[in-house]
Amino acid sequence: MTHENAPLPVESAAPLVSVENLSVTFRSPDKTVTVVNDVSFTLREGEALCLLGESGSGKTVTMRSLMRLLPPTAHYTGRIRLRGIDVLALKAGQLSGIRGSLVSMIFQEPMTALDPVFTIGQQIAETVRRHDGVSHAAARTRALDLLELVQIPSARRRLDAYPFELSGGLRQRAMIALALSCRPRILLADEPTTALDATVQIQVLLLLRSLQRELGMSTIFVTHDLGVACEVADRVAIMYAGRFVEHGAVDDVLTHAAHPYTEGLLHSTVHAERQGGRLEPIAGSPPDLAALPPGCSFEPRCVFARAACRAGMPPLSERGAGQLARCIRGSSIHEASAPVYDAEASL
Amino acid sequence: MTEAIRQPDIGGPAQPMLIVRDLQRHFVIRGQTRRRKDVVRAVDGVTFEVAKGETLGVVGESGCGKSTTARLLMHLTPPDRGEIILDGEKVGDPRGVSVRDLRRSVQMVFQDSFASLNPRLTICDSVAFGLRVNGQPATTARLNADAMLRMVGLTPETFSDRYPHELSGGQRQRVNIARALAMSPRVLILDEAVSALDKSVEAQVLNLLLELKERLTLTYLFISHDLAVVRYVSDRVVVMYLGKIVEVGPVGAIYDRPHHPYTRALLASRLSMNPKQRISAPPLTGDPPNPIDPPSGCRFRTRCPIAEAVCALAEPRLARVDAAHDVACHACDAGSGHTLARLTGMEGA
Amino acid sequence: MTDQTLSLPLTERPAAIRPSTSYWSGVRRRLARDPVTMICAAILLVILAAVIFAPLLFPLDPYKTSMIRRLKPPGTPGFLLGTDELGRDMLARLIHGGRLSLFMGFAPVLVATCIGATLGIIAGYAGGAVNMGIMRIMDVFYAFPSVLLAVAISGALGPGIINGLFALTLVFIPPITRVAESVTTQIRAQDFVDAARATGASATRIVTGHVLSNVAGPILVYAAGLISVSIIIASGLSFLGLGVSPPTPEWGLMLSAMRQAIYVAPVNAVLPGAMIFIVSICFNMMSDGVRSAMDVRA
Repeated sequence: MTHENAPLPVESAAPLVSVENLSVTFRSPDKTVTVVNDVSFTLREGEALCLLGESGSGKTVTMRSLMRLLPPTAHYTGRIRLRGIDVLALKAGQLSGIRGSLVSMIFQEPMTALDPVFTIGQQIAETVRRHDGVSHAAARTRALDLLELVQIPSARRRLDAYPFELSGGLRQRAMIALALSCRPRILLADEPTTALDATVQIQVLLLLRSLQRELGMSTIFVTHDLGVACEVADRVAIMYAGRFVEHGAVDDVLTHAAHPYTEGLLHSTVHAERQGGRLEPIAGSPPDLAALPPGCSFEPRCVFARAACRAGMPPLSERGAGQLARCIRGSSIHEASAPVYDAEASL
Repeated sequence: MTEAIRQPDIGGPAQPMLIVRDLQRHFVIRGQTRRRKDVVRAVDGVTFEVAKGETLGVVGESGCGKSTTARLLMHLTPPDRGEIILDGEKVGDPRGVSVRDLRRSVQMVFQDSFASLNPRLTICDSVAFGLRVNGQPATTARLNADAMLRMVGLTPETFSDRYPHELSGGQRQRVNIARALAMSPRVLILDEAVSALDKSVEAQVLNLLLELKERLTLTYLFISHDLAVVRYVSDRVVVMYLGKIVEVGPVGAIYDRPHHPYTRALLASRLSMNPKQRISAPPLTGDPPNPIDPPSGCRFRTRCPIAEAVCALAEPRLARVDAAHDVACHACDAGSGHTLARLTGMEGA
Repeated sequence: MTDQTLSLPLTERPAAIRPSTSYWSGVRRRLARDPVTMICAAILLVILAAVIFAPLLFPLDPYKTSMIRRLKPPGTPGFLLGTDELGRDMLARLIHGGRLSLFMGFAPVLVATCIGATLGIIAGYAGGAVNMGIMRIMDVFYAFPSVLLAVAISGALGPGIINGLFALTLVFIPPITRVAESVTTQIRAQDFVDAARATGASATRIVTGHVLSNVAGPILVYAAGLISVSIIIASGLSFLGLGVSPPTPEWGLMLSAMRQAIYVAPVNAVLPGAMIFIVSICFNMMSDGVRSAMDVRA
């Protein structure tokens, strides 16, 4: 089924997605809140990046910025390039040219993302017709192909089903089909499996993984679940209070976390084999974005906090091959036993 | 002050805290397309016991009836059938305990921390409400509520006069726990109580729950879809599927030697947490069927890898496979006629 | 037992102490930021103060007729707003008429709110057959257009202020009941109501302790919106000769009496209508403003 997606001519050097110093600020009469702060990353063809963070960390806003899908109160600074197109410079009318065909999105709750008054087939065919300008019959055939692509059983019958007639898992598959209908090169997935049951979640994750491989898409996942990141991501970026605090290959980040927050998340996640005993949670709760602490945002909850942490926000610094962490401690926590710590703090 | 109004242990330590027999609740809803009434078999003949001081975990997917079971236990939804025995005394029986007493002894913490607090009341008033209902004067109730808040790690000086919308999700869930504990319950039902929280906060609340349980000698019914969390907190586990219990047993047995094909699939669906050992094939296909029209016989048979003709004909009974480990599967029941039955039977012997 | 904290790491460190903001103080803050609502409230306050206090402070006689000073334009010395078709002082009549018109606006809505909210909360909280019974009866009344219903009731009872008030009250009970029922049903489904039931609290206790505080806002906002309708219908009844009878000043009645003079003294003729218009639009915009200020998401 990949043949219908003829590879587009892209210089291999330029990354498909390139985000430089993106900040997103929401203004209301009450206050101004910077929800995403100085985020930079790139994504190559066929790569899967996972933005991992807790509620309010800015992960969803970061992702939605790529399509400029935020309410008008949002102000962007920095630069977002998708296959060389400067998204933030596009006029409102030009945005629809990239939405769907270059970059497409699937949501957490398919019931609200699908239109309840049209059948699945109508919704997909309509999108196909709008983008490709093909006939009704051709669009319907393509819709059927798409439903088969996302492994919906008895797809021909399901074409004429309304969203409410489908179970949660099938609805999520239908939404994936809709998102793929214009052959996007970049797929954004916002907590795509959070609302699903365990046995269905793994099916959808595996489907997304295989689709990405077959279609050669780049994918950005937003999730709060380390387990989801482990299943689907090549690279992972940990977000805290609007910033990347750690960024690197999924293996590296999860096996030797360099930032105390990542470490804390790993400790406080109840692993499969755990039974009884005390968990080691991160103390406190995430900060109020409107009143961030002066230095490192994580400092008030950090067990390694010291005076230098309050001085200023540490930059993202290199920790081995392609792993970045925003912490004044030079190396990962495993290696940084107490004596090493002071020496490295000066970095 | 909680000791002062603690309810006595009536039946002695050997008497189970809760015995639930053949609990059933069907909901009649208007059919979507046809002009007929559909029956949702939300909870269909559920029987289990909770021993004093233990944590019974209840796992299952959406629509399996785990939350309805919780509501039935508190008579928030009246059951159609079945009995609940609280520490040896039958609920609703003239010689047993009244529903009102049941509700005082059994308290519940809900999933949605925001919806479970009245947005117009301060934290302290929310916690004090139950105490006032039960006859405490306003000032005493407020003092006790403050003490409960302190017990769950919220300093009353800072939090008492705040409103729910000013608190974080974790803080609100602590308030909900404080409110439930203010009634000095013996059983606490935690219905997905930590599911909506962020991981770092979830761990804090789990720690709090475990400490409180020890300190106040509570019995927990811990309902969750998160298998890892259930394993972490539970002594015994009930696995539910479409309104029925499919497997029940000690936590070690359920997680290490699951017998029911559904339990196995559920466990195999857990995410690997290791990028080097990713899951390659889904353990189950399809979604859980609609509880409106459950399959005949064994309700899992439509998704079951080892289903046979017998599974469509007869409903499997909960049969003992191991010490305190019961499974409702024809393949585990020697007399059922399932071809795998004898094999499993021999394994057990 | 001492109320020592558990050996937990004290996870919730007291953040910067700031004054606790209740829901209502937030509503007040949002209202204060909404100029339209504040202006409407100011206009209504001025009108209300005028109709209540002006007759006490100044000698205004709304009944003194004069055949020679008929239909004087506004600004005539001694008659700030001119005179009506019988030479009576328009200002005096508008102020005295405002008393009655505003009373006809408030009183039926107030009584209907008390009755309707009670019925609606009972229906919403009890659900089932009780709900069915109450709401179906309301639906019967609701099926008639409100003006028609008011005209029919007052027509059957005959003219007079009391009958008019009674008719208006009956007209407003069904819509208020409906709103009260629907907000109560929503609140009833919230977990905190279940949590309150779980403490063994009686239905009355839950309604007074938890439901009332949550449904009062929406019901009052809706009722405030009805005040303008009530003034208009009351004026309409008077206009048709069913409510207040002459020579009592009332805006609707004045409008009716002056309509023949529309070509002779258009400004004078329009004045009572303008008052009805200003008062009702202010009430409407104010209730809209309060409604959006009460929306936490705003």
